[in-house]
Amino acid sequence: MADYNADEKIDITDVTCPITFVKTKVALEEMDEGQILQVHLNDGEPVQNVPRSIKEEGHEVLELTDNNDGTFELFIKKIGD
Amino acid sequence: MPFTNEQLERYSRHIILKEIGAKGQKKLLNAKVLIIGAGGLGAPAALYLAAAGVGTIGIADADVVDLSNLQRQVIHSTNDIGKRKVESAAETMRAINPDVTVNTYYQFVNSDNILDLIKDYDFILDGTDNFPAKFLINDACVMAKKPLSHAGIIRFKGQLMTILPGEGPCYRCIFKNPPPKDAVPTCKQAGVIGAMGGVIGSLQAMEAVKYITGVGELLSGYLLTYDALKMEFHKIKLPPRGNGCAVCSDHPTITTLIDYEQAVCDLH
Repeated sequence: MADYNADEKIDITDVTCPITFVKTKVALEEMDEGQILQVHLNDGEPVQNVPRSIKEEGHEVLELTDNNDGTFELFIKKIGD
Repeated sequence: MPFTNEQLERYSRHIILKEIGAKGQKKLLNAKVLIIGAGGLGAPAALYLAAAGVGTIGIADADVVDLSNLQRQVIHSTNDIGKRKVESAAETMRAINPDVTVNTYYQFVNSDNILDLIKDYDFILDGTDNFPAKFLINDACVMAKKPLSHAGIIRFKGQLMTILPGEGPCYRCIFKNPPPKDAVPTCKQAGVIGAMGGVIGSLQAMEAVKYITGVGELLSGYLLTYDALKMEFHKIKLPPRGNGCAVCSDHPTITTLIDYEQAVCDLH
């Protein structure tokens, strides 16, 4: 599945908007530039909104993989400090 | 210390902001702000600072809640009449946000206590209603190098300035001395529209949040005036710091704190 070695992993399938983005953002803030965050998230609203919001923050979305069980894996590279 | 899930939710609208984020929210949680005066200005400022998660909020006032306060001092309720304002304010702040530690000081500021009062705080908010207190707070903050939000309200007018000692002009740079006793009416004599405290006190809270998080540009070097009847805001550029100022110039003539005489204004 994953072509990336994630430095940190979070699961946001237990929360809804905007906490999905908040948890992702907070995880990224605590990481170093260039590190990779793997996010386990639900289909639907989270998949639509979290990658877009993360891009707006200036981070790089590397890949979004469908787990074919209603969830996705999102790989984000942290940009900036 | 990582955020709890409850904190992530409580502060989500701050954390989402690019300029604040988790880092900014942590700065707020670690910050200490002192509010002098739990009245028309201090009430809304205290509500917003507590809601924002400013970790330690000091509040100083030696009055008790009076029925005539409730038209504008929105942190107090009808049930609080007769209670110390600092206790009433502290109860409301703690109820809004249990993350906040509230320190209460049931005293008016004077030249003996003010330096001790402000020394542990990062930012001072002047919510007092009289010139002697405003000059005292300005001078003490200049001497102790504490950033200060000055504000005043009367009738349909309000004003605001942020003072960064050593960087921008202070209150005394602009207003050299208090006006003669009884030359200017107090709120008690002149009246004040209730929402004025909400407008100007909220702006003071905003300046405190901006100072703590390091976001944006502060109202240093400017005086903001608000005229509600004309619906006009003016941002007036002030001359630079120190230019002959008795307290904040490089050679000050005022080096000790002064207790000016209070106006006698009781109109019962």
